[in-house]
Amino acid sequence: MDKTAEQYWKRTLGLIRNVLIVWFLVSYGAGIIFAGALDSIKIGGYPLGFWFAQQGAIYIFVALIFYYAKTMEKIDREFDVDEQ
Amino acid sequence: MSLQAITYLVVGLSFALYIGIAIWSRAGSTKEFYVAGGGVHPVLNGMATGADWMSAASFISMAGLIGFMGYGGALFLMGWTGGYVLLAMLLAPYLRKFGKYTVPDFFKARYYSDTATIVAVICLLAASTTYIIGQMTGVGVAFSRFLGVSNTMGVFIGMAIVFMYAVFGGMKGITYTQVAQYCVLILAYTIPAIFISLHLTGNPIPQLGLGSSFVGSDMSMLAKLDQVVMDLGFAKYTTQIPGTKLNMFVYTVSLMLGTAGLPHVIIRFFTVPKVKDARMSAGWALVFIAILYTTAPSVAAMARLNLHATINTAVKSDGNVFAEEASIKYSTRPAWMERWEVTGLLKFNDKNGDGRIQYYNDKSANKDFLAKAEAAGWKGNELTVNRDIMVLANPEIARLPNWVIALVAAGGLAAALSTAAGLLLAISSAVSHDLLRNMFMKDMSEKGELMAGRIAMAAAIVGAGYLGLNPPDFAAGTVAIAFGLAASSIFPALMMGIFSKTMNRQGAIAGMLAGLGITMFYVFAHTGILYIKGTEYYHLFGGKDFFFGIHPNAFGAIGALVNFIVALAVRSFTEPVPDHIAQMVEDVRVPRGSGDAVADH
Repeated sequence: MDKTAEQYWKRTLGLIRNVLIVWFLVSYGAGIIFAGALDSIKIGGYPLGFWFAQQGAIYIFVALIFYYAKTMEKIDREFDVDEQ
Repeated sequence: MSLQAITYLVVGLSFALYIGIAIWSRAGSTKEFYVAGGGVHPVLNGMATGADWMSAASFISMAGLIGFMGYGGALFLMGWTGGYVLLAMLLAPYLRKFGKYTVPDFFKARYYSDTATIVAVICLLAASTTYIIGQMTGVGVAFSRFLGVSNTMGVFIGMAIVFMYAVFGGMKGITYTQVAQYCVLILAYTIPAIFISLHLTGNPIPQLGLGSSFVGSDMSMLAKLDQVVMDLGFAKYTTQIPGTKLNMFVYTVSLMLGTAGLPHVIIRFFTVPKVKDARMSAGWALVFIAILYTTAPSVAAMARLNLHATINTAVKSDGNVFAEEASIKYSTRPAWMERWEVTGLLKFNDKNGDGRIQYYNDKSANKDFLAKAEAAGWKGNELTVNRDIMVLANPEIARLPNWVIALVAAGGLAAALSTAAGLLLAISSAVSHDLLRNMFMKDMSEKGELMAGRIAMAAAIVGAGYLGLNPPDFAAGTVAIAFGLAASSIFPALMMGIFSKTMNRQGAIAGMLAGLGITMFYVFAHTGILYIKGTEYYHLFGGKDFFFGIHPNAFGAIGALVNFIVALAVRSFTEPVPDHIAQMVEDVRVPRGSGDAVADH
């Protein structure tokens, strides 16, 4: 594996790691583990923990995929491995 | 027009549309049959994936389940959506770059072994077949309920419809039909939700309505619901959990991994033109799924509130729920209750003989409540409500117009049929492409393969129809088991195939078998060996949910973990992967040169 290919893969894995951290925090973190504690905060009539579990996590999942797709396209172009 | 006539009209029109699309987009080549010619726009592909994904379970059962599970129902919401993040980043773009038709194709090339392919085909068939039985049952139930035919007839009609467009249309027909089905099912789901949300909270957007205040009070909808269910002895809606938090956590992981590992969803990403489209397409799929999944919690909570308010009139006005006249008289019950009683999914048993319906939690943990109920002369809960009827009965409970009820019927059928079609395609390609063409009849022509694919699909329809008529008594468990199987066998092997250059065939095969094996072992301990009643063996291990209180439906996550560990262990003492495989993995990791999906090796 040459240098740039290695770099490319490192960047990809870094992006995946970051997205997975957010993915974990909003669903398993805010939606399950800390849901009880967050419930004392109210957002638009929802207890916050309940909101993350039944609404918020899903919206953030959608945003995460588009963020990932856009960032990957940028990385692809930067390393000149995009599809022409 | 009567409800029956409108239902016939709406359902009939929707079917005419699907069949018309199937004829217009008939598949002429194996490429069109398996991957729709590889030229489906990512947004359309996302929509089709949404319809493919959202089955009878999502449309009909999920909101009802959440309605009775409360907060804990979130495990379905997060589990069945969070998996798309994994799919988008870990599998979809790389499998698209790899450029094959089927999931076992990937196993064959990446793990350079026919054994790996056969193991993958077995996992795929096990997961898809278990999943499809539930769909056919759902089709039968929905048809019989709304068209007034017998359940058997309902399944036959469903088989005939699926046969027509899946067998002739292949992936191309299925994809475009699913786009239409998505539109029907999402309208059918959201329109009643908007009506009901407007009615209960004055806010037409169900996602906001659930947080808005309840009409005529300054309490939020959820706070009101909490109060209502607790007044009737049930657990607090917004904090209720299934078993332990650990169980909820593991259950969610299981559904997420299963989502990413179910073959009928994965093959969807072979149908887009480019790698970057595969990434975007997963995002679009989730957008379309999220519309239903974020509406579901509102449908759940509002249906639950409406149900209680219908049976006990004191609930809405904060009156005394124990007052005699608060519980409605059975003789003056609403018409929808009569209709559902016929199906046996709603049952009334007048335990205290007062001619009124007392619907409450007679196993409440609240001793005060039970004492008050007894003092009021309540002799136990008198109404049994099957949670699966909640979505279908919801518009009737809320007294919405007949055309809305008819639309919901068409939506439920669209959800069940589209998923059944997608699963059938996965099954037929596994048999005709992976087993016949690539293993046993290597000189088969393209035409022959197309024919074999159609025959396999027809056989699968008959088989699924038969099992749908004679469900082996595990309808609810099957869906969860299908996810468990996919999570514990397919997902880890695919992921390691892409992210590890050193994972060899011995490791992958051992991992898949171990993951699948231990999951089946745990499931069978609770359901009986091959689901045969009386052969359960959980008592040998000290009772149900013996592994840290984890429910068998949630065990796929543990199976996946075992898969990873076994695979890594076996890899360390077997010979390394050949150089050309490592080279291939490197090649799969970059998008350039993706080309079209091809069948050659």
